[in-house]
Amino acid sequence: MQGTTLILILAAMSFAAFFFGRGRSVALVGGPRHSTALHSLPGYYGYFTAIWCLLPALAVLLLWVLLEPRIIVALIVKGLPEAQRSLSVGELDLLLNNIQNLAAGDAISGDLDAALSEAATRFQDYTTVSRRILAASTLAVAGLGGAIAWRRIRPDLRARNRVEGIVLLALIAASSIAILTTVGIVLSVLFEALRFFQKVPISEFLFGLNWSPQTAIRADQVGSSGSFGAVPLFTGTMLITGIAMFVAVPVGLMTAIYLAEYSSSRVRNIAKPLLEVLAGIPTVVYGFFAALTVAPWVRRTGESLGLEVASESALAAGLVMGIMIIPLVSSLADDAINAVPSAMRDGALGLGSTRAETMTRVILPAALPGIIGGVLLAVSRAIGETMIVVMAAGLAANLTVNPFEAVTTVTVQIVTLLVGDQEFDSAKTLAAFALGLMLFVVTLILNVIGLVVVRKYREQYD
Amino acid sequence: MQASKTTREKVEAGLRRRRRREIVFQLSGMLATTVGVMFLGVFFVDLFAKGSTAFMQTYIRIDVEFAEDVIAPDGEIDLAYADFDGLVRTALRNEFPAVSGRSERRELYRLVSIGAGYQMRDMIEAKPALLGSKETLWVPASSTVDMYVKGNIDASIDEALRPLSDAQVGWIESLRESGRLESRINSALFSNGDSREPELAGIRGALMGSVYMLIVTILLAFPIGVAAAIYLEEFAPRNRWSDLIEVNINNLAAVPSIVFGLLGLAIFINWMSIPRSAPLVGGLVLSLLTLPVIIIASRAAIKAVPPSIREAALALGASRMQVVFHHIMPLALPGMLTGAIIGMSRALGESAPLLMIGMVAFIVDVPSGFSDPATALPVQIYLWADSPERAFAERTSAAIIVLLAFLLVMNLTAVIMRKRMERKW
Repeated sequence: MQGTTLILILAAMSFAAFFFGRGRSVALVGGPRHSTALHSLPGYYGYFTAIWCLLPALAVLLLWVLLEPRIIVALIVKGLPEAQRSLSVGELDLLLNNIQNLAAGDAISGDLDAALSEAATRFQDYTTVSRRILAASTLAVAGLGGAIAWRRIRPDLRARNRVEGIVLLALIAASSIAILTTVGIVLSVLFEALRFFQKVPISEFLFGLNWSPQTAIRADQVGSSGSFGAVPLFTGTMLITGIAMFVAVPVGLMTAIYLAEYSSSRVRNIAKPLLEVLAGIPTVVYGFFAALTVAPWVRRTGESLGLEVASESALAAGLVMGIMIIPLVSSLADDAINAVPSAMRDGALGLGSTRAETMTRVILPAALPGIIGGVLLAVSRAIGETMIVVMAAGLAANLTVNPFEAVTTVTVQIVTLLVGDQEFDSAKTLAAFALGLMLFVVTLILNVIGLVVVRKYREQYD
Repeated sequence: MQASKTTREKVEAGLRRRRRREIVFQLSGMLATTVGVMFLGVFFVDLFAKGSTAFMQTYIRIDVEFAEDVIAPDGEIDLAYADFDGLVRTALRNEFPAVSGRSERRELYRLVSIGAGYQMRDMIEAKPALLGSKETLWVPASSTVDMYVKGNIDASIDEALRPLSDAQVGWIESLRESGRLESRINSALFSNGDSREPELAGIRGALMGSVYMLIVTILLAFPIGVAAAIYLEEFAPRNRWSDLIEVNINNLAAVPSIVFGLLGLAIFINWMSIPRSAPLVGGLVLSLLTLPVIIIASRAAIKAVPPSIREAALALGASRMQVVFHHIMPLALPGMLTGAIIGMSRALGESAPLLMIGMVAFIVDVPSGFSDPATALPVQIYLWADSPERAFAERTSAAIIVLLAFLLVMNLTAVIMRKRMERKW
């Protein structure tokens, strides 16, 4: 039986359970006119029955789906000839893969022998049997659960409290997903990174000056030294982030000031949504624009000035990234400026200072912590930005601070290391997770400081 | 009043300087605002200049014969082995009988896309009665011809420096004069999957991949996000645990998206062994990514419901659950949906995490399910942007225009919904 059919049947069963449950509760007190004799509204008895029909069955289903492959594999291995059972783990995996492909009717690698095809037939048998048991047991549990709940319905059953308790549990579970995601990120990145640090010492990774992640597939291969010194990546990331901030902070800040203090409301009503459009453009589009329009333009301009500019210069990527971050900086700066009480502004203006002086001497110093928090968030955004640099910055890990040269960044290297086919436990792929760990830790620190600062100073003047 | 006079003098002495500063400050503010807006203008002009031509494609009219001896040598139509390309070539040779010699003929054949043969095959598959008949077909021209017709290849430069030979240019001109060459709407762009040939490449596969992913994302992220927001706003006790969740959600909203890709690779693909490149994995990763956005928006929507509603319901004896589900949810739903649409538009534009989970493969087939290998619209843009052909640059811009159109529609819906359903209490 197909999985979807099974789930549809389950849904239908719990739907029916709802009506049975509600019907019984009403019948117990002798008709709808006496439903006040029930503890809860009749609908809650329906929900109570439906939940007891659905939840245990779903639990069985989930458990089975998780355990099924393992059990089948164990059974298959047990039935294999002695010679094959003593194979190494890798070879056994290959063999099992072959058996599964054969069972699915696909082409297999290697020779087809009697033991293999016999195993494949058994695999098919086990799968069919397993599916049947699954369908039978799930439906049985659903029916049983529903029936028990139905029998337990009494006029004094506190159905509403039961149902609400379960709903509350579901709400708690949903809100814990945020925590689980963070835990998942930390664990997945941390474990792979630790495996990487077993192969490459952490000191070399953090302080090495040479990045060339090509590792040897064969022992006698040429040009596969594989050195994992990440300093060029860090400097490259900082260079591009620096250029981006150099664009985004002054422009974003001045935009916020202009729109808050000087512009007419008509200009503001046009300019603000336009800037929000900038924030809504996907980064891959910025990357395309950086690579095909801005980078050639930077190169031509540089060359006409007699400078040597790489075609994938850090400058082009940084400039476009800066433009992308302008809306973020300006909206956070706007928040910070608006949080300053107007009494301070009115006071400064009343004492005769110009609007520029009010801004630079009174409001900005008062809003400074908030602005700095915003800038930290912007830096974190720039460090983690991927598509613009993947498309417009280079791959060569040059250790330089010259904005006209090509540099590479942490995110670019993560993408290049993981796109394509590698074995999963080579130092090369694991290096991507080590870089991911660095990225996560650095952005986490910036985010937490930024968020705390922004929130603290927003509250201070409230 | 000597002292006050000197103060006044002092002030007046500095006035010019201060006014000048004031003006400079205001001008720099104006300049900064202009920079952002101007970039937007340059960006859109550049994009449309590059991309609008991709919505048209050059077609060539040829007279082909569905020759029986080629398509059905044994009396049965043999779709797999019949040489449809050969039939197209014959048609071209008949068109230009003067062309002789191997290399010249080969140049002639290059005017027409290899899609012409597929087109003939599809026709005969749909209508076997065509066998033996002669038909006049409009077939796509090859991408170099298309580029020449669109004016992107300069015929006046040295022959060796351009992808079209003088002879080819001559043929194109003669086709154009005889009305056998036409610019038509590029329907392949919307009906085909990816292809190595620019004139056959389309965004349909990527678009469907994005649609499947967004379905998974909305089905997971919206209910979970709303449930989490309800718990945090209405039920969570103010303690360490809810503080932790709070900090977590705010931080997750700012974690680089590529890190979510690493999570997807390590957990969904390596640990749970969901197939690579499947919209299912992409949707899972994107739902984790949009969850914080939806939670934050939903919480704001719940907060905006005035406490009087809550208190009135409680006073009439509703339980807290009933207050939430019967009164607060319906009132907060427009705000929640707005947040969901904005989250979806973020998810639609996201590409970095998808690169991590193998959605960058070259996939010709249009995916037809949640576990078929697929790619997404932004990833398709990334892939095409990498291709060196001039024709792909044009198509990349066109794909971007389509993507931005979708985002525009989504965001406008969100804005209109917010305006329409916003209630002033």
